[in-house]
Amino acid sequence: MATEIKPGRKRLTLGSVGADLLLVFWFVFSLFPIAWMVLLALKTDTEQTTTYFAFSPTFDNFGTVMSQRGTDLTSVDFAGALVSSVLNCGGAVLVSLLIGIPAAYAAGRWKYRGSEDLMFQMLSFRFAPELMVVVPLFVIYNQTGLFDTTYGMIWVLQLVTMPLVVWILRSYFQDLSAELEQAALLDGYTRRRAFVMVALPLVRPGIAAAALLAFIFAWNNYVFPLILTDSNATTVTVAVTKFLGGGGQAYYNLTAAAALIGALPPLLLALTIQRYLVRGLSFGAVKA
Amino acid sequence: MTTTAPSRQAPPAGPAQHGTPPVVPRWRRRLRPYLLSVPAVAIIIGILYPFFLGVYYAFLNYSAVNPNPVLVGFDNFRSVLSDPEFWTSVRVTATYAFVATGLETVLGIGIALLLNRSSIVGRIFEKVLILPLMIAPVIAAVIWKLMFNPQFGVLNHVLGLGSTFDWLSRDRALWSTILVDLWIYTPFVAILVLAGLRSLPKEPFEASEVDGAGWFYMFRRLMLPMMWPYILVAVIFRLMDCLKIFDIVYVLTAGGPGDATRTLQVGAFEDSITNLNYSRGSTYMFLLWILVFAVARYLVSVLGKAQRRAAGAEG
Repeated sequence: MATEIKPGRKRLTLGSVGADLLLVFWFVFSLFPIAWMVLLALKTDTEQTTTYFAFSPTFDNFGTVMSQRGTDLTSVDFAGALVSSVLNCGGAVLVSLLIGIPAAYAAGRWKYRGSEDLMFQMLSFRFAPELMVVVPLFVIYNQTGLFDTTYGMIWVLQLVTMPLVVWILRSYFQDLSAELEQAALLDGYTRRRAFVMVALPLVRPGIAAAALLAFIFAWNNYVFPLILTDSNATTVTVAVTKFLGGGGQAYYNLTAAAALIGALPPLLLALTIQRYLVRGLSFGAVKA
Repeated sequence: MTTTAPSRQAPPAGPAQHGTPPVVPRWRRRLRPYLLSVPAVAIIIGILYPFFLGVYYAFLNYSAVNPNPVLVGFDNFRSVLSDPEFWTSVRVTATYAFVATGLETVLGIGIALLLNRSSIVGRIFEKVLILPLMIAPVIAAVIWKLMFNPQFGVLNHVLGLGSTFDWLSRDRALWSTILVDLWIYTPFVAILVLAGLRSLPKEPFEASEVDGAGWFYMFRRLMLPMMWPYILVAVIFRLMDCLKIFDIVYVLTAGGPGDATRTLQVGAFEDSITNLNYSRGSTYMFLLWILVFAVARYLVSVLGKAQRRAAGAEG
C-alpha cells in the first residue's frame, strides 16, 4: 500500500487496472442518471416516452419551462419559483452571515462561559428532525401571516444556514493567529478596526465557502418550502416535484428540463468552492 | 454571566512599542464575546420557541378539527406507542438508516482508497465524484423516479427487465429508496475519507513495508485506526440524516405502497400536515427526536475517544 500512497510512481499492473475498472464502474453508475436527465430534457413531447437514446434533440423544453406557456401546460410557475428561491436563499445567507460572523468570531477567539453550549445548540439544529420545528411554525405562520412569504422562509432557513456559517467560520477564526490582531491593537487600532482590517480579510475564503455552501443547502432544501409556502414564495425544489404530480398529460421532458435548471446553480457553486468542500460539509471537523 | 474572565490573550502589560493600545474598560472586554453572540442567541431562542411549542403539542389533543385543545397528559404517547403503524415506521427507519449508512461507509472507503492511488483515471473522476451530492436530493429523487418508471423508464430497458418490473413495489420500494440514497451520499463519505487518507503520515507505512507487512495487515493495523475519526464523522452525519429521512422517500413513494417506506418523518408529515392532527404528528417527532438525540450523544462520545486515540497513535 505504501507504494500506492506515493504519488508519481506509476506502474501498470493487474491490480491498478482492476482498480481503475472499479472506479469506472462507479462513475457510470454515478453519471448515468444525470446523463439520462439531460437526454430526456432534450426530447420532444412525442419522443419523451417512445425512445431511449435515438431521437432528434431540441432545446425548446428549457424555454417552455420558463415561459407562461409552460405554466399553462403544467400549472407550475417555474420562473417564479426560481426568483423565490434566489430571494429566500440569498436573504437567508445574508442574515446568517451578519449574525453568524460575530458569533463565530467570539467563539473562535475567546473561551468564555457558555460558548460551547451555544455552538452545540447550533449544531443540534443541523441534526434535529425538521418537522419538530416546522409543524408548530406551520400553525404560527398561518396565524401571523408569515405563511407563504419570503420573510417566513428566510426565518426558517436559518435552521439550515446558521449552523453551517457559524461552525465553518469558527474553525477558520480558530486557525487565525491572535498575534496578528494583537499587533494591530498595538499599532493603535481599535478592536473593531483590527477585526475588520486584519481578521476579516484573512478568513475571506472561509466566508465565501460558508456562504456558498449555505446557499446550496438552502437551495436544496425541500421540507420547509413544502410545508410553509404555497404559490407565492415556493421554491425550485417544490416546483420540480410538482411537474410529476397533477392530472392530465405528463410532461416528463419538461420535468427533466426543470430538474436540470434547478440542479445547475448548486453544481456551479460547488465547483467554485471544491477546495473548501470537505471542510464545509463536515462543519469544520475535517480540515482538508 | 460575567463571573469568569474570558481567557483571552491579554495584550502585553509592558510599554507598547508603536503607540498605546486603546484603553478598554475591563468589564467591556469581558462582556465583548457575549455582546457579539447576542444576535445568534436571539436566533436560537426564535428556533427553540417553536421546538418547545411542538413538545407542548405532544401533550395536547390539538388538530385542525379541534382548535381549542386541552392537555391530555401522555394519551398521545400511549396511543402512538400501541399503534402497530408506528412500530412499522420505527422498523422502516432503522432499516433505512443502518443499511444506507453501512453500505455508504463501506463503498465510500472503497472509492476513497481507489482514488488515493492517484491514477490518471482517479484524478479525472475526483472532479465529478461530488456531482450527485450537490444536486438537491428531491431533484435526484425526481430523476430516479423517472428512471424507475416500468413502462418508459430507462432502467428496465437498459437492464433488460421488461416493462412489468416495478422498482417501487411493496417488496422493493425500501431498497430502491436506499439505492437512491447511496447514489447521492456515497460521495460524501468518499471525499471525507479521501481527505483523511491524504493527511496520513507516510513514515509508519514505509516502516512497516520495510518490515514486510502485507497490504491488508497495514490497512487493518495502521490505516483503519488512524482513519477512524474521519470515518466516524462521516458515519455520524449519515446516520443522523438517515434517521430523519424525508425528502427522497416522500418524492419517490410518499411512504407507500401501503406503509412499506413510511419512515418516522414521513409518518409525522402524514399525521400533522396531511391529516392536520398536529398533536399526533408532534408526538411522532418528539419520539424521533429522543432517538436521534440518544444516538448522537453516543456517537459523539465514541468520536471523542477515537480522536484522542488517533492523536496518540499519530503523535
